[in-house]
Amino acid sequence: VERTEERSTGPEPPAAGGEPPEEGARTSPARIVSVLAGAAVAVALFLWAFDYLRQPNANRAAVVGVAIVAGAGGVFLLFWMMNRIVDLLSERFRETIRPYVFVGPALVILAVFLVYPVFNTIFISFENSTSTEFVGLDNYKFVFTDVSMLRSIRNTVGWLVLVPLVAVSIGLAFATMADRLRRGEAVAKSLIFLPMAISFAGASITWQLIYSYRSQGFGSNIGLLNGIMLGLGQEPAKWLELQPWNNLFLMVIMVWMQTGFAMVVLSAAIKSIPDEIIEAARIDGASEFQVFWRIMVPTIVPTIVVVTTYMVINAMKVFDIVFVQPASAENNGTVVMAERMLRWFFQLNHNGRGAAVAVVLFLAVIPVMIWNMRRFREQEAIR
Amino acid sequence: MSATPIPVPIGPERGGNVGDVREGGWLIRITIIVIVLLWSIPTLGVLITSFRAEEFVNTSGWWTALAHPFQAAQWTIENYRVAIEGQEFGSAFMNSLAMAIPATVIPITIAAFAAYAFSWMEFRGRFVLFVAVVGLLVVPLQMALIPILKLFTQGMSLGNYIIFPDLDLNQSFLGIWLAHTGFGLPLAVYLLANYIRSLPSSIIESARIDGADHFTIFWRLIIPLSIPALAAFAIFQFMWVWNDLLVAYVILGGAGKNIVLTVALRNLVGSTGENWQILTAAAFISMSLPLVVFFSLQRYFVRGLTAGAVKG
Repeated sequence: VERTEERSTGPEPPAAGGEPPEEGARTSPARIVSVLAGAAVAVALFLWAFDYLRQPNANRAAVVGVAIVAGAGGVFLLFWMMNRIVDLLSERFRETIRPYVFVGPALVILAVFLVYPVFNTIFISFENSTSTEFVGLDNYKFVFTDVSMLRSIRNTVGWLVLVPLVAVSIGLAFATMADRLRRGEAVAKSLIFLPMAISFAGASITWQLIYSYRSQGFGSNIGLLNGIMLGLGQEPAKWLELQPWNNLFLMVIMVWMQTGFAMVVLSAAIKSIPDEIIEAARIDGASEFQVFWRIMVPTIVPTIVVVTTYMVINAMKVFDIVFVQPASAENNGTVVMAERMLRWFFQLNHNGRGAAVAVVLFLAVIPVMIWNMRRFREQEAIR
Repeated sequence: MSATPIPVPIGPERGGNVGDVREGGWLIRITIIVIVLLWSIPTLGVLITSFRAEEFVNTSGWWTALAHPFQAAQWTIENYRVAIEGQEFGSAFMNSLAMAIPATVIPITIAAFAAYAFSWMEFRGRFVLFVAVVGLLVVPLQMALIPILKLFTQGMSLGNYIIFPDLDLNQSFLGIWLAHTGFGLPLAVYLLANYIRSLPSSIIESARIDGADHFTIFWRLIIPLSIPALAAFAIFQFMWVWNDLLVAYVILGGAGKNIVLTVALRNLVGSTGENWQILTAAAFISMSLPLVVFFSLQRYFVRGLTAGAVKG
């Protein structure tokens, strides 16, 4: 823990070194030296910190401390140092370059962690299973002919239509209704939001308590649905093997997790509608139903677009829910595209096919994005 | 802003109108209660199961515990003890902290600087770069994982030219911070730019006239004013990073000293099979911190997430 204390004072020297403030016009050699020396000290400290974090036997509490100070403090120090260095430049360049210092780190990280992988994946998708040979469009041919691939495309379309539709509808309805509660609005909303805090791994465990099946005779069923079936005198069912309904049952899990998000955001949008507008409509004799459809919904369309886009993209990326189910997705017909991609990449070790699925998925989102960008431009124009 | 409304004999806030409550008030209340109950059932199942003794979990459904809640024999905290001691859960919890806090702060800081530049600085390529950044929202992170892993372990080279050295970032915290930063940035920039651009330009202009430079404006003015948006994204990113299994598994590994909570949970599923009482206890431990974070910051959540988007 003492070590942590030491670290937290570490970044101070450069701060003191480059301090003479508001003298932007002149750049004395002493200043240049102090800024650069400060940068060197900071870099050395970070290298030490990252080295420390790699030690397998380090005390865990100290690791947490060093990680927080080095990671969280480091990123601020990075900007601070770069800004200082820009200050050293001649006045002519300074304000031209500064914006790029502000956006630079974001662009670099995105280039390395998202742009480069996209191109890399596109290349791989034209190569064979071990990425050693060019195979042309073979992988794409596979994507659009293989039975379980075709099935996964159909299922994915189902996911990205149904999940956003249901989650946004329930979210909107709930937000509208909760807005008119006198008491308990916060509690009700929190309970709907709660599943957002659960990991997919946790959610799959959670929903086993609903869907689980055991053949009769082995104790009793621990899944709630089969408990109800037995209570009604019916045979218990294997819910997750019931094609094609099992897809719907899995979608329910995602709706359960995401409705809270839609509800919270839409509720904020509803609350931001000026009261006068709604009161005016009511005074003019509009029914509650008309107020909702003719006034509230049109006013919050931009928010609905944002939320729906977010959900469509999430539904497209969904794999965990399908992936962690104990029964095989292939046999049960619950395959989805993101799950196929992962399976071909990691489990069946066919890089080319995995990459081809990823590329198709990526292409499919582009129209959604164009639609969104167009809206963004419109808003920009209004501003 | 329109003029003050003409005096109308109606309370100032919406919902204070007596007519609302009378019209279908009970219907709304019942609908809400039904939805809330439906939504709570799965979580309730986890909570109950995690406190039940093994023989009860295996022989009767968790809901039967509700029928006789005072039967003391069925309740136990043993499951939590087993879960915590079993798979180095304590150390995994610490690792999750060491991973998640920087992986939340770093993208927020980087995105806030970028969002400020996109909103209030003039430079060539501003709009194009912004669209490109937000457009990256659609890249499925699974697509990026393999190339990143290769980059971490082998570097990047074209023929004999090394473009990017082997950084040896595999299994390191720095590696996972950077990866989560990359995946979180598009959403962060999108949300924060929406918020920061909606701040009144008069404040920023008057600060500039007073001689403040961009860094000072950003740090002294924009950051304090953007707390709601920053907190909202912090909640989001923290919950996502904390709950992530895939990235942590691929980069930090499935075993060893550096495993995080979700990986430990997954290992527990593997090693204890159908031990629902342990699994549910472990699941509850892993979701405790995100819940605390959410409920302590939730007053910011809504305001921050929507400021830009809500404005028609």
